[in-house]
Amino acid sequence: MAMLEVRNLRKCYDDLEVISDISFDVNEGEVLSVIGPSGSGKSTMLRCINQLERITSGSVCVCGENMITGEKNGEAVYASADVLKKIRRNVGLVFQNFNLFPHFSVLRNITEAPVSVLKISKEQAEAKAMELLGKMGLADKAKSYPCELSGGQQQRVSIARALALSPQMLFFDEPTSALDPELTGEILAVIKELAAEKMTMVIVTHEMAFARDVSDRVIFMDGGVIVEEGVPSELFGNPKNERTKQFLKRYSENTFKGDK
Amino acid sequence: MDLTKLLPILAEGFLVSIKIFALTLLFSIPLGFVVSALKMCKIPPVRWIINAYILIMRGTPLILQIMFIYFAPTMLFKADAPPDRFWAVIVAFSINYAAYFAEIFRGGIQAVPKGQFEAAQILGFNKMQTFFKITLPQVIKTVLPSIGNEVITLVKDTSLAQVIAVSELFALAKKQASTQFSVMPLFVAGVFYFVFNWLVTLLFDLGEKKLSYYK
Ligand SMILES: Nc1ncnc2c1ncn2[C@@H]1O[C@H](COP(=O)(O)OP(=O)(O)OP(=O)(O)O)[C@@H](O)[C@H]1O
Ligand SMILES: [Mg+2]
Repeated sequence: MAMLEVRNLRKCYDDLEVISDISFDVNEGEVLSVIGPSGSGKSTMLRCINQLERITSGSVCVCGENMITGEKNGEAVYASADVLKKIRRNVGLVFQNFNLFPHFSVLRNITEAPVSVLKISKEQAEAKAMELLGKMGLADKAKSYPCELSGGQQQRVSIARALALSPQMLFFDEPTSALDPELTGEILAVIKELAAEKMTMVIVTHEMAFARDVSDRVIFMDGGVIVEEGVPSELFGNPKNERTKQFLKRYSENTFKGDK
Repeated sequence: MDLTKLLPILAEGFLVSIKIFALTLLFSIPLGFVVSALKMCKIPPVRWIINAYILIMRGTPLILQIMFIYFAPTMLFKADAPPDRFWAVIVAFSINYAAYFAEIFRGGIQAVPKGQFEAAQILGFNKMQTFFKITLPQVIKTVLPSIGNEVITLVKDTSLAQVIAVSELFALAKKQASTQFSVMPLFVAGVFYFVFNWLVTLLFDLGEKKLSYYK
């Protein structure tokens, strides 16, 4: 069964259509990467699925729950608050710039939501948080504050924070773009580990080599539509669409320049 | 008259000043929060009303507002008796300071990065939890220095209550000064204000230090 079903998703800001008619599935345990030029609507798509933006029309189904129940006057009608809450609990989102709570310690950043949203006991939440921090290699930072950590460490805390709610799926919006190049590796390693554990993930990224390496499927977006979709070896090795070819060509040129 | 006779008189007035000070803070801070929320509200007429209120409160002298609150009921609205002097002062001070606090709070709330609210939303916090756990602590940290400024001004502004003959520190000091033909009472009153504001400053410094554990 598909864990995420997106059908005919459309998003307009006033008259500007940012996403026009996108459909795709994500299966359980699958890692989907989303690539595409700046402004192609990748973030907007993630934000629509995560209820940070209202979708204009179409449907989104997460773990069998429909987020949208219909359409009225050309506007999507959302499901009841209860259903939306349930969907929210099934998905997690890791932001480009971490968005950790600066006034909470690392530990409290991770435990606050399980304790006050899921009503898990503080001891249990802390035990789980410590376990996650251990996994992220940050067990010794539990008492630190976000401002005392490097960008890479902050991003690992934010991944732990998302995982603490035991989501069914995890979304990443350019998790390494705010990091110095030498710090991206540690985040990519964590995501790879999650992939090995069969965590269902959707990753928006500009790290082509990583997308190729970690994903089961890749979507190339441009101008608010999915231009091409396929397994990484196909999409990167033998792209069919002219726009995909151009995008990847520009990327490999840049990468080579960067290497030298 | 020597200091031992003067001090008890001025201390009594100072107690009234402190009452004005404390009650004003008690009412104007929560009211300021409400006003700042209304000012950010999506319904335009509500915003217009709040804007007009803030404009009037900040654009006219507090001394005039105190007089208005005290005299308007009898002179404009044909009430039988004027309101209680002390409470008229508290009302005038509270609505005046609420306007200043509202603008400070609004600045503080808008300084919280949008990503904080989005993270809270993604993690499933409801509106109350988001406000009290995420927004408020960060707002307090950013607004503390500006609030400190206002509070210090308030200590000195309490002397304006004399305009409707409330016997606070400055009113009593002035009376003593004129009956004794001496500036001593005024000087002593000045020392009272100064020492109290010194304590207020220390308190706010302490608060800022306590909140400096994060950036
Ligand atoms: N709140 C908004 N109001 C109006 N237009 C918006 C808004 N948010 C995004 N857009 C527009 O939507 C388009 C898609 O933006 P989006 O952020 O989804 O692109 P992206 O693919 O994530 O780009 P990047 O790779 O730079 O992150 C852009 O043209 C952007 O200007
Ligand atoms: Mg983006």
